[in-house]
Amino acid sequence: MIPGLSGDFVTQVFLLVAAGFMLLAVAMFYRAIVGPTTQDRVLAVNVLGTNTVIVLALLAVGLGEQSLVDIALVYALLNFLMAVAISKFTVERGDVL
Amino acid sequence: MIETVRTGGIVLLVLAGLFFTLVSTTGVLRLPDVYSRAHTASQADTLGAGLTLAGVALALGWGTTTVKTVLLLVFVFATNPTAAHAISRAAHEEGIEPWTADDDRTDEELYEAARARVPDGGQSGGNTTTADEPGEQEETG
Repeated sequence: MIPGLSGDFVTQVFLLVAAGFMLLAVAMFYRAIVGPTTQDRVLAVNVLGTNTVIVLALLAVGLGEQSLVDIALVYALLNFLMAVAISKFTVERGDVL
Repeated sequence: MIETVRTGGIVLLVLAGLFFTLVSTTGVLRLPDVYSRAHTASQADTLGAGLTLAGVALALGWGTTTVKTVLLLVFVFATNPTAAHAISRAAHEEGIEPWTADDDRTDEELYEAARARVPDGGQSGGNTTTADEPGEQEETG
């Protein structure tokens, strides 16, 4: 449990909000599967990764595992790298931005 | 007293973040083409992530983990619009037309029109490309 946090109320709220974010992530899978262009799918997976980062940060408080924030940081880095790399290599040109 | 204010602020921030992420998810699922989806994914989703991570940082109190959470917040603020920009620019380079208000075509038909306009569009890209991916294309200009 996090020291200095009053009661279990905030913990319960964080776990519930994490469940809500998971529902939104499941809804986002529709665009990742259906979405007609490759860029639609990359965008949906990018939003899914952002959702994952938020859920990890929420669970760091909700479960009291503070090391999950480190995992969220690494996941955010890899998520950005994935989006830029796929954007670069699906079209054949020199630069991305 | 101060604990009550802090708890209320945490709950308010986290619920606002959930609301804006709901707006972003609705936009990505419902909007007509890839550019407007990239728009809502870069703005509403960044706001939702920022508010939620601010709530997490407020709940963690003073410590090393809070510094890491604020670092994560700044990183998400910087990289999320950048990634959406790179994706939409790749879509533009691929030749996908933006949807306009007087256009009755769906995004699948716009995608087919873009593929038909590009010479060799996805048809003879070799055996490594599937039907959904435009794959290797010739440079038009």
